[in-house]
Amino acid sequence: MADVLVKKEEAKDLLVDKQPKEPLFSKKNRKLLNDPLNDNNPITVQVLGICSALAITVKLYPALVMSISVLFVMAAGNVIVSLMRNFIPNRIRIIVQLVVVASLVALVDQVLKAFVYDVSKELSVFVGLIITNCIIMGRLEAFALGNTVWKSFLDGIGNAFGYAWILLAVAFFRELLGSGTLFGFQIIPDAWYLANGGFYSNNGFMLLPPMALITVGIIIWVQRARNTKLIEE
Amino acid sequence: MKALHQFIDSNVHPLFKEGSKLEKYWPVYDGFYTFLFTPGHTADGKAHIRDGVDLKRTMNTVITALIPTLLFGMWNVGYHHFNAIGIDATFFEQFLFGAIKVIPMVVVSYAVGLGIEFLFCVIKGHQIEEGYLVSGMLIPLIMPVDLPLWMMALSVAFAVIIGKEVFGGTGMNIFNPALLARAFAFFAYPTYMSGDKVWINTTGTEGMMAVDGFSGATALGEYATTGISQYSALDAFIGIIPGSVGETSVIAIMLGAGLLLFTGIASWRIMLSAVVGGVVMGLIFNAVAPFALSAEQQAFMAVPFWQQLVMGGFAFGVVYMATDPVSGSQTDTGKYVYGFLIGFLSIMIRVFNPAYPEGVMLAILFMNTMAPLVDHYVIQANIKKREQRLALKTATA
Repeated sequence: MADVLVKKEEAKDLLVDKQPKEPLFSKKNRKLLNDPLNDNNPITVQVLGICSALAITVKLYPALVMSISVLFVMAAGNVIVSLMRNFIPNRIRIIVQLVVVASLVALVDQVLKAFVYDVSKELSVFVGLIITNCIIMGRLEAFALGNTVWKSFLDGIGNAFGYAWILLAVAFFRELLGSGTLFGFQIIPDAWYLANGGFYSNNGFMLLPPMALITVGIIIWVQRARNTKLIEE
Repeated sequence: MKALHQFIDSNVHPLFKEGSKLEKYWPVYDGFYTFLFTPGHTADGKAHIRDGVDLKRTMNTVITALIPTLLFGMWNVGYHHFNAIGIDATFFEQFLFGAIKVIPMVVVSYAVGLGIEFLFCVIKGHQIEEGYLVSGMLIPLIMPVDLPLWMMALSVAFAVIIGKEVFGGTGMNIFNPALLARAFAFFAYPTYMSGDKVWINTTGTEGMMAVDGFSGATALGEYATTGISQYSALDAFIGIIPGSVGETSVIAIMLGAGLLLFTGIASWRIMLSAVVGGVVMGLIFNAVAPFALSAEQQAFMAVPFWQQLVMGGFAFGVVYMATDPVSGSQTDTGKYVYGFLIGFLSIMIRVFNPAYPEGVMLAILFMNTMAPLVDHYVIQANIKKREQRLALKTATA
């Protein structure tokens, strides 16, 4: 009888994961959040998602809405794919991922249309194009398919923030220098403008996509100058 | 002069030498020193000597070639100013007014451009390159006289940083920096770079103002909007038309072109083929003018091809910008293609798109992008030809 009990205990020991439980925000997990902000930024280092970064950064508000949409799609998509990762047949995994992302994007699109119709019109096709945003597909394929739910969630959030801060930084400069406003509020005093007898004039080039590319380029330049890890041999 | 040279060599030189206090500013010192005096360096490896001129001497020649256009531009600014406000002025007054307007532009262009260049050299610790000397003179010459100085300063900063320094400095740039400055200003501040208000300074002296509704459109602007111009081809050739400071006078430009060709600094291949390209496109437009879509466009297309060449910035761009040895094609055959397409596209853009009367700027920038491609195909064709010749030789042998 005692023998059987001991055996049962042993079996229990074998079943229970003996590894110490990883804290929610262990060093590794924090790295998942921090890395995409700087060292492994999806836009400035991996150079993904450039298309939307150039198209919707004329004004801060649409850029912010876009960032939040991407944040939602990325986090939710990562979690869902991570949950299903053991059931997805390898051969059709891209299709499954696309279905997940497409449903989420359709959801976001409807919400935007319902609550912020103006911005939704301004973003137009770019909300739909979140489906093809390389950052999202890349994270699903490279991370969520092979990691636990919590880690995938952190990874999604981290990359979305990495995407968002570049977007907002670019939009900040483009809106300030191109329209003299921030979030639609006039920042440059009216009296400064040449039309009102001042000396200043908005930079129309800032409103054109080439300047967005150059702004992203300058951010990359500054980042590489500060972060020596990124300098290539 | 010799005494000064010796004084600097023995007294100033040690201040900036390696290990001394001001070592960090050696690039700045070196830049000025070698600008003023021929340096005593000798090549320490095997050298191919083609000529005794170095980059700084080359640049000075181009600046000399720009002086006629600069002087004419100053007078032209004054001439149109006094015409517009309806005051009779002597030649000297006209020139003086123009000089007062144009010299600040030159000063700002050099101060900002060289300042940024020096800054980069000190930070990176490399020698100052003199590429900006010519760009700094070109930029004021291709801007309208009424452009606010800070806009020009910003354009210069953009051209030097984004156009040159990010690619690695002088000799590495893809685009002609001066044209990049103009393109930046053109897209950033279109109201101050085009239209009919910016080409002539009409701020009245002593309370005199220009007549209301005074239009100072360039000859090209008039053709693009109405199909006729008050300026004759001869006016355009002499240069008494409104326009960017230095671009108006074909005579002054031809003087500069003569010097550049005589000293062999600018490529005659590019100049010639660009003019041919312009003529060809002009002839095509003359031929198809009856089929134009609108009456204005028809009138613009029917402008004789030789008149197209003397209007706007065509001559200036072809002589001083297209021949830029850095951003242009390097191979001889490539230069013909490159130049031809510049001339061809310039006339095409200015006629087809009235919003961009200065087609020559866009044409040159576009061909700057294409120059390496042109060179690539020229080299590949040459390799193929030689391979065939070799195959033929080995087959017969």
